[in-house]
Amino acid sequence: MTARNETISATAAELAGRIAAREISAVEVTRAHLDRIAGVDDRVGAFLHVDHERALQQAAAVDAKIAAGEQVGPLAGVPLALKDVLTYVGAPTTCGSRMLEGWHPPYNATITQRLLDNDVIILGKTNMDEFAMGSSTENSAYGPTRNPWDLDRIPGGSGGGSAAALAAFEAPLAIGTDTGGSIRQPAAVTGTVGIKPTYGASSRYGLVALASSLDQPGPCARTVLDAALLHEVIAGHDPLDSTSIDAPVPPVVEAARSGDVKGMRIGVITDLRGEGYAPGVLQRFDEAVAKLADLGAEIVEVSCPHFRYGLAAYYLILPSECSSNLAKFDAMRYGLRVTDDGANSAEQVMAATREAGFGPEVKRRIIIGTYALSAGYYDAYYGQAQKVRTLIIRDFEAAFEQVDALVSPATPVTAFKLGEKVDDPLAMYANDLCTIPSSLAGNASASFPIGLAPEDGLPVGLQVMAPPLADDRLYRVGAALERELIKDWGGPLLDRIAELEVVA
Amino acid sequence: MALTADDVAALARLARIDLTPDELQHLAPQLDVILESVARVSDVAAEDVPPTSHALPLTNVFRADEVRPSLPVDQVLAGAPAAEQDRFRVPRILDEEA
Repeated sequence: MTARNETISATAAELAGRIAAREISAVEVTRAHLDRIAGVDDRVGAFLHVDHERALQQAAAVDAKIAAGEQVGPLAGVPLALKDVLTYVGAPTTCGSRMLEGWHPPYNATITQRLLDNDVIILGKTNMDEFAMGSSTENSAYGPTRNPWDLDRIPGGSGGGSAAALAAFEAPLAIGTDTGGSIRQPAAVTGTVGIKPTYGASSRYGLVALASSLDQPGPCARTVLDAALLHEVIAGHDPLDSTSIDAPVPPVVEAARSGDVKGMRIGVITDLRGEGYAPGVLQRFDEAVAKLADLGAEIVEVSCPHFRYGLAAYYLILPSECSSNLAKFDAMRYGLRVTDDGANSAEQVMAATREAGFGPEVKRRIIIGTYALSAGYYDAYYGQAQKVRTLIIRDFEAAFEQVDALVSPATPVTAFKLGEKVDDPLAMYANDLCTIPSSLAGNASASFPIGLAPEDGLPVGLQVMAPPLADDRLYRVGAALERELIKDWGGPLLDRIAELEVVA
Repeated sequence: MALTADDVAALARLARIDLTPDELQHLAPQLDVILESVARVSDVAAEDVPPTSHALPLTNVFRADEVRPSLPVDQVLAGAPAAEQDRFRVPRILDEEA
């Protein structure tokens, strides 16, 4: 049990510095976070699996390396929460699904391997909507994660576990994956930082695929610099992922340290506001934009007329890709198998297993995808959605001719109550309204905390979008705002979160 | 276009999911609403617009044709629902009458 002490409140950068200077050991830091998880996670539900023993062993090995004067990574000894959609040998990978309950992968994801190679301590695997389908983490087969700001509310999704782990001070770093907003939307509603790198900037090898043309792993943290440090550790070319970009990682850490937006042209997307947006979200958004102008950025209004079709195109493209990707869960090579009684055929076992192993949202999307890809509908649905994708990319290209980066609210509303939208798919899908265009275009985007909505006291996120491979601009804008807002607030936003009662 | 429970059952058969009658009744109207909403994509005149299948315009990514060790058989089979003689054991694939 650990109340919010100095160790678990510290930033990853501070912890890495103190561990490297041997002011505190990686084992002490890891133990403090494991104690915190033991003390609060029964209510938060951020973790599906805590790798207690191995995390401590890993930390001891890092301490030994530092004591021996060996070279270690820039975040050596800092604990991290890994989304349960990335494989890590020795721990189960479930993707929040009964289909993969207890499944142990035979190889590490590239992201996982880079974390281990850089001496980052993996605390465990975080909860998520089943196979990353959802915006609330309520679609996990293992129960929902709760928002540490208000335990009756959702932490966003699909990466609600990773975001909640940060906001509950269970880990200073986390990995998320973003397909239509699964890093940015949870970051927004939990008051944390979440980055979706340019598509192809970080490897998808060992990431259980949802929609292959959209999925992208990225860093989650409580500060902009911590996210940048993690970005540098995980990003970069990977020959094992054929869509990985063979180019240097943009100077994200340098941008996060600089936070200089003087002379930067920042576009406000006029199409992403209006009806359906909470007043407190728009208020904080307008204040943040005014702040950027005060800091010397040139603010321009930009229209992206095809963004209004983004949600529809996304909810055709994603189900189509996922119905194809999830065909591999056929009860033959891994995961669940039911009704294999010697009499039933492979087809019968397959259909019974998929009925038993998939939850309602996964079934919905597989059926929609099957429909959209079926003969006679393909051109009208999937084909047309792919054309809309082109038009959205053109909107971005036109906008980036005028500006260096674009901004919008990250979500139309703040965290909603658990259960509120769980059986209303369209209302749930609308949470991704602002984040989807960047996913379809494959450019870089992020959400940064910009305050609490006055009407409900819940966090609001600002989305920043930058052209492909200009990920550093996200950090430049995020760091500028963070520095100014912390001055205004007298400390980080998460200082204002209510203390969770710690159980002994 | 109103999606019926029978339509959903046909799609579920294609997707190899044994939906229950209750699920079919529950899903049909939900899927109908979703399909109606996503049909908005056809409001855009896009006849001369090329489709984008992938955000990253990459073609033919090659790697060197080098022999590398494969995963050991026991590790590959460790997660299988059933294994026999170093192979995945699967249910019968032919119908009784075949």
